[in-house]
Amino acid sequence: VPTESVSTSRDIERYAGLFAARTKVMKSSAMRDLMAVTARPEVISLAGGLPDTSTFPPDTFAAIAQRIAAESCAKALQYGPTEGLDETKACIAQVMAAEGMRVAPEDLIVTTGGQQVIDLVTKTLIDPGDVVIAEGPTYPGAVPVFSAYQADVVQVDMDADGMRVDLLEETLDRLERDGRRPKFIYTVPSFQNPAGVTMSQPRRSRLVEVAHERELLVLEDNPYGLLRYEGDPPPPLLSLDGGVYVMYLGTFSKILSPGIRLGWVVAPPPVLEKINLGKQAADLCTSTLSQLMVQAYFQESRWRDYVESLTEVYRARRDTMLDALADHFPRQAEWTRPAGGLFIWVTLPDFIDTTDLLARALRDNVAFVPGEAAFLDGRGRNAMRLNFSGSNEDAIREGIRRIGEVVTEQVDLYGTLTGEHASVRVESPPAVEDPAGDNVLRLPKRSARSRRAEGS
Amino acid sequence: VSRVAVLKGGRSLERQVSLRSGARVEDALERLGHDVVALDVNHDLISRLRDAAPDVAFIAMHGRDGEDGTVQELLEILDIPYTGSGVLACVRATDKVLAKHLMIEAGIPTPEFFAFSETAFRELGAADALPAIEERLDFPIVVKPSSQGSALGIKFARNAADVPAALVAAFSYDSRVLLERHVDGRDLAVSILDGEPLPVVEAVPTGDGFYDFEARYEIGRTEFVCPAELPDGVTEQAQELALRTYRLLGCSAFGRIDLMLGSDGELTVLEANPIPGLTETSLLPQAAEAAGISFDELVGRIVELALEPAPA
Repeated sequence: VPTESVSTSRDIERYAGLFAARTKVMKSSAMRDLMAVTARPEVISLAGGLPDTSTFPPDTFAAIAQRIAAESCAKALQYGPTEGLDETKACIAQVMAAEGMRVAPEDLIVTTGGQQVIDLVTKTLIDPGDVVIAEGPTYPGAVPVFSAYQADVVQVDMDADGMRVDLLEETLDRLERDGRRPKFIYTVPSFQNPAGVTMSQPRRSRLVEVAHERELLVLEDNPYGLLRYEGDPPPPLLSLDGGVYVMYLGTFSKILSPGIRLGWVVAPPPVLEKINLGKQAADLCTSTLSQLMVQAYFQESRWRDYVESLTEVYRARRDTMLDALADHFPRQAEWTRPAGGLFIWVTLPDFIDTTDLLARALRDNVAFVPGEAAFLDGRGRNAMRLNFSGSNEDAIREGIRRIGEVVTEQVDLYGTLTGEHASVRVESPPAVEDPAGDNVLRLPKRSARSRRAEGS
Repeated sequence: VSRVAVLKGGRSLERQVSLRSGARVEDALERLGHDVVALDVNHDLISRLRDAAPDVAFIAMHGRDGEDGTVQELLEILDIPYTGSGVLACVRATDKVLAKHLMIEAGIPTPEFFAFSETAFRELGAADALPAIEERLDFPIVVKPSSQGSALGIKFARNAADVPAALVAAFSYDSRVLLERHVDGRDLAVSILDGEPLPVVEAVPTGDGFYDFEARYEIGRTEFVCPAELPDGVTEQAQELALRTYRLLGCSAFGRIDLMLGSDGELTVLEANPIPGLTETSLLPQAAEAAGISFDELVGRIVELALEPAPA
């Protein structure tokens, strides 16, 4: 009787004993509970990463469906090859050519969204405890993937020119001294999610050299490359490397639709072969229907015109958000000025915890992604990611006004508590009008918490 | 058989937990043969309640609106019987400052504290009193919002430099915050069902190193032991203190009182939860199970209590 009357969580969480060890690493946090509230309709959410699909012409959609029904109904309803349909690969080749890359059909696999590429590459390369190098901050959606495969993620700081490749080399040296060799470097070089910055051409060249010198793979995640609002694009890492150490992730999510779940991976043949096996196990093949829709879409209309129209919409939204930030955020805040993509990264003073700030912001029906989502090491607690593609300009202005108000409130309160001067709103914002300001990107170096840990 | 409206979700920060509590309660009610209407609480709550015309409302909400007396007040107006504590008990329990003052007045031990509104800092210069408070309470000091039910916004200030940021964080959740003496010891919870204390649950942090303070509030970093293995007499003492607190605040039907067993062997009451969680891993269902009461029985009993005529 005595032992049976003692019930612990092992008995009560009936299923917990059945879970694989890797599920224990999957993060569950207060932040996730807060994010559940952001989905409510009255909330202006600058938290998502949603492209605007509202301007896609319904006529085109109908024509695509019509064409598939008339020409390839049975095929659309059937399984397809694991590596994808040749017709789709031809469309992918067009998209890659638009960014200055040439690819042969046999060098790529069509995947279920770009997200599957991160999963398959990690599955192919990482044993528990293996090192993955990522940017700090990194794409929040990659965090659960790396965690699920029990990767040890080492994050390298960035500035306005993207990943600090000098720091990367220091990190690689340090790891080597510890007898550890990373398997791959994960990077979003253009309009990074979440930081909004783009890796400069010299850094790109150096990164590719480092990969060759150290015989390391690089996963170049490039969902936003074609969503450029100003300036000239630097060359993709893949074109600099020629496909020796660089693997490339592309997607139709931001240039056509995330709903069709279509992405692709380019990798050296031996790696691609393993990825193919992993893909077979995961889902046999990418949706044939989606693949044929892309093919029909490329036949039916000019895909680049649609990308161009999206670019117009997003550029205006980005400008609106930058203006609103300058108008409503206190001078202690800093933010990036992306030349493309979907996100702006804001860094606040150390004493503001953006997860708590989100709770306060939700009372005013506005949401953002707290910076901690983009780090695996507890950093980023004073930063936030803002999305400008998924809301219209009025919502962006109002959303930023509300967030600015709560940030200002907390800055003032902190000033009152410490006897320091209060917040001042800048009237002529340096982030927009001072071109030198573009080069200032202070991504969080250390959190208040880690500083505390050192007992300072 | 009754028609039961299960109220869940809402816009509280504990929405997610509430949805899970609610879903589990709905399943139990259906197994018990009740006619169940699930309502995710929203702007149209009143009209949907009128349409549903339930015999009783099961409030499976946590935090703001559900636990602070708001929904209870609305149900009073609609004359729909509801589960758990009434408006006044919810108001008293959710307001930690009020609850702690009542405890002190009634001689129930609770960690020493000071509470301030945001206006006290902004307009009355309360910041100047911080050094005196810090001296009185000793570090680390627990800083928490007065009304937030879950662990959100609770910070541990290890030194004077940590206090302002901890206060800013706590004020994100409420316009009033407490600075409380940190009690080093064991976390205990006593659930009460129909005026009877259930076996004590101990929450044991499984984390290690520096963040042990935070560990107890992080899912998966805590293990629960029920009944807690406590020194002679401590179980009874904890249950008695919990029951006194429950009665003091005027709770009815069920509730949960959180206590600390200090390393000095002294018990103190931290707070009362009028609607504790009802998920798979929540403490009230665990305690009930340890007392031989299944989840279905627990839910059935809570509904019966709501339908009993109020004592005149």
